[in-house]
Amino acid sequence: MMKKVKCECGHINHEGTVLCEACGKPIEGNQHIDGNDQNKLLNMRYDGSARRSQTYKRTFIDKTWAFFSSVKVGVWLIALALIASAIGTIYPQYMNANTPIPANQYYEQEYGITGQIFYQLGFHELYSSWWFIILIALIGISLVICSIDRVVPLHRALKNQKPKRHEIFVKRQRFFAETENVNQSERKTLIENLKKRRYKITEQDGHIMAEKNRFSRWGPYVNHIGLIIILLAAILRMFPFMYDEGYVWVREGETREVPTTNGEYYIENEKFVYETWDRHDDRFQEALKNEEFDVPSNFQTNAVVYKAKEEVVTGQLPEMEEVKRHEIRLNEPLNVDSYKIYQSGTQLRSEYGRITLSVNNEDGSSLGSFGFLPNNNKREYELNDGYIAYIDSYYPELEFTEEGPSSSSKHPRNPGFVFEVHNPNGDVEGRYFYLGEQIIPLSDDSVYNVDVEDTELITATGLLVQKDHSLIYFLIGAMIFMVGVAQGLYWHHRRVWIHPKEDGSLLIAGHTNKNWYGLKEDIRQAMSDTSLNLVKDQQEKL
Amino acid sequence: MDYHAISSNFLYAAFVLYLIATIFFGATMGNKRTENVKSKAAAIGISVTILGFISHLVAFIVRWIASGHAPIGNMFEFISFFGMMMVFGFIVIYFIYRETTVGLFALPIAVLIIGYGSMFPTEISPLVPSLQSNWLYIHVTTAALGEAILAISFVAGLVYLIKKIDQTSTSKHTTWLEIVLFLLITTLAFIIVTITFNTTGYESTFTKEVAEQETEITYHMPILIEPNDAELVTDGVFTTGFEAPKWMQGEDAGKKLNTLVWSLLVGLGLYGIIRLIVRKRVAAAIQPKLDNVNLEKVDEIMYRAVAIGFPIFTLGALIFAAIWAQEAWGRFWGWDPKEVWALVTWLFYAVFLHLRLGAGWHGEKSAWLAVIGFAIIMMNLIVVNLVIAGIHSYA
Repeated sequence: MMKKVKCECGHINHEGTVLCEACGKPIEGNQHIDGNDQNKLLNMRYDGSARRSQTYKRTFIDKTWAFFSSVKVGVWLIALALIASAIGTIYPQYMNANTPIPANQYYEQEYGITGQIFYQLGFHELYSSWWFIILIALIGISLVICSIDRVVPLHRALKNQKPKRHEIFVKRQRFFAETENVNQSERKTLIENLKKRRYKITEQDGHIMAEKNRFSRWGPYVNHIGLIIILLAAILRMFPFMYDEGYVWVREGETREVPTTNGEYYIENEKFVYETWDRHDDRFQEALKNEEFDVPSNFQTNAVVYKAKEEVVTGQLPEMEEVKRHEIRLNEPLNVDSYKIYQSGTQLRSEYGRITLSVNNEDGSSLGSFGFLPNNNKREYELNDGYIAYIDSYYPELEFTEEGPSSSSKHPRNPGFVFEVHNPNGDVEGRYFYLGEQIIPLSDDSVYNVDVEDTELITATGLLVQKDHSLIYFLIGAMIFMVGVAQGLYWHHRRVWIHPKEDGSLLIAGHTNKNWYGLKEDIRQAMSDTSLNLVKDQQEKL
Repeated sequence: MDYHAISSNFLYAAFVLYLIATIFFGATMGNKRTENVKSKAAAIGISVTILGFISHLVAFIVRWIASGHAPIGNMFEFISFFGMMMVFGFIVIYFIYRETTVGLFALPIAVLIIGYGSMFPTEISPLVPSLQSNWLYIHVTTAALGEAILAISFVAGLVYLIKKIDQTSTSKHTTWLEIVLFLLITTLAFIIVTITFNTTGYESTFTKEVAEQETEITYHMPILIEPNDAELVTDGVFTTGFEAPKWMQGEDAGKKLNTLVWSLLVGLGLYGIIRLIVRKRVAAAIQPKLDNVNLEKVDEIMYRAVAIGFPIFTLGALIFAAIWAQEAWGRFWGWDPKEVWALVTWLFYAVFLHLRLGAGWHGEKSAWLAVIGFAIIMMNLIVVNLVIAGIHSYA
């Protein structure tokens, strides 16, 4: 059972209250909490309300609560996160290093002994390390606890405050003045002037409280809520239903399944457009003449997205219908359903799309030509008069090993193939090896002259596919944060108390959470038509 | 005359006007002048500042017309814009507080920053595909504006410290303050050194093997520090024979270190000469000129600049940056060094505000924080771009 403290004004306060919520009278025995016993002025932070962290300090839970609600601890946590973040930029994070070398070799090779230490300490993956995540989580906990610890009692105190304050409370405010023998009309002028300055006036037994911009007090808590939403969004993003991504390379002319869509969508790369800035462009020629390589101006995939119309059989393209066409560029992703597809990488003209060979008789007359398609499984290509070219073996990325020719990958980056010319009867009339854009006859009795007529290089585009339902929460969090910051920084909570005494004199006190200069101006102008004494800043006297 | 030249001329004009305004703000200092003279000097000072700002703005717009994109795409353009925003921030603060001392310091610092930026290539370069987005304008301008207003907080902090710190004896505080002033002088030294050797046309060349290829490295300043493991091919030039340490990354590491050493040495020389002339610490020499500065007002400006700059910085350098990164790369946050340092800056000013509003850190403590905050912003602008590679290293 919480102990309650009853004030002489009749209001019942929570245990640990420093200043009565209703009348502001200092509650005996609790003044050490805010250090009021040594000072002339009252500490007005959180209006002297009972904060859990300052009241209960016995059990483990009390201590934990008090720990996380301390500004000092919060600032230390932020400072540690700041230092840790900075340390992580000394060398590149492994995920951003873009290297095929494994991390345990990369850092030593590139950066020597300091790189080795960086790697050994795990700083190459600092931002996903357990201790960094714990640090961020602690900041999150601190945000929640310190906010609750303050906002609940502060809200209660501001809700329960009465216009009639205890004399001690009024006299121990930072802005205070006493004027003797004040007549009613002067009092009225002051109140009217405060009203004009958009103060809300409340009255109780002739005591006045003028208050404005109380909402600014909630600013810090609003912005903390925004930050908490952002941290929660980051947690949500770890679940695949919120966030999923995939990557796919699509060659020109090729159609591939869009990853993460479970075979629902397919994407075709109709054409890849790569453009560079014109070196003779009037605007840029001065800058471009120093560039060794052309400066790119556009990476673009002309993409078509299809949707599967039937159940998908693995390894085969299902029947599909076109749902979207889009020129995907950097900064212009394709949107389909809840997926976004980004231009993310290119392998410019890196693979062969077609190799056209012409077959001629010895006398120079043509037996026809055929276009070999490296990405196609077709083995027979037709020539004239019933002759065919038969592909005997194919090596997409040709290399020679001890066992003869082989391929180091399935991508036609350096294709080589062996083919035969068959006459209409099916007899082999010559064997040839195509490699490195040249033809080598393999049989001595090869009767045809084979020439490379044309080769066509194609570009593969790298597309990042992403589904991210968490983005909106990050955005909401960020917006709430901005609102809270503005609310707390650009408005000031100001209160003026007018306290009549029985002898006819008037006590006037003022308090604000910040910008005391502004409050003084408000009071000065409200008093301008009166002979009331302007409030004095009592702190200056200390 | 082409657009590029017109733009450059307006920038020069702005540069000179800022310096003239500084002199008038200087005339508002001290006790000997009458109030009348002071207020006239202040009026002329702020008018010339506004004239300079307009000229700077014209330079910006003309360059925009010339290139077809907002000129915030490379180091020179960004730093020049940052300087312009700093002057803008000062003008706004001036009309709130009428504090000429801030102008006396803000303008020369803005001039130093613009001068520093002008040492980078000033040709108009085209935008690479990743920069071709309206978010470039939105993100970069807001981020620069936020940082510039935070820089005004540094200026106020500097004024506060010069006036407040006890100069009768040497202390940690006087030493650190001298270091801050020395670094500002070193920036001036960098500009002087660069211009001097550019005019004399000094050049020497090294060859170095980078990724199994012979690469040429050309120095435009006499060799104090050679690149690591490189061969000097120019005959008959002076060299100290010192090499840059191996752990410094990038083929240009030696060249950058050479420039840094030159700047520090000349900076040290300039600082030494000033010390010889004034025969006391530089801050101690300035201090008496600030006799009638109202410390409370300066402290308030320092806070106000953070209160305005922090939300703008958050919006520009974090929120808009994240939205753009999401649109361009499909990742709103990627722990790129520039992003991390924007976060570091943000965390730092969050600490500044918590300590000021929650723990009562006013005055001197707050002023030191404002100085450190500016150091972090400069770290992000200079060191991260030039030393740590990342997606922003094109700038």
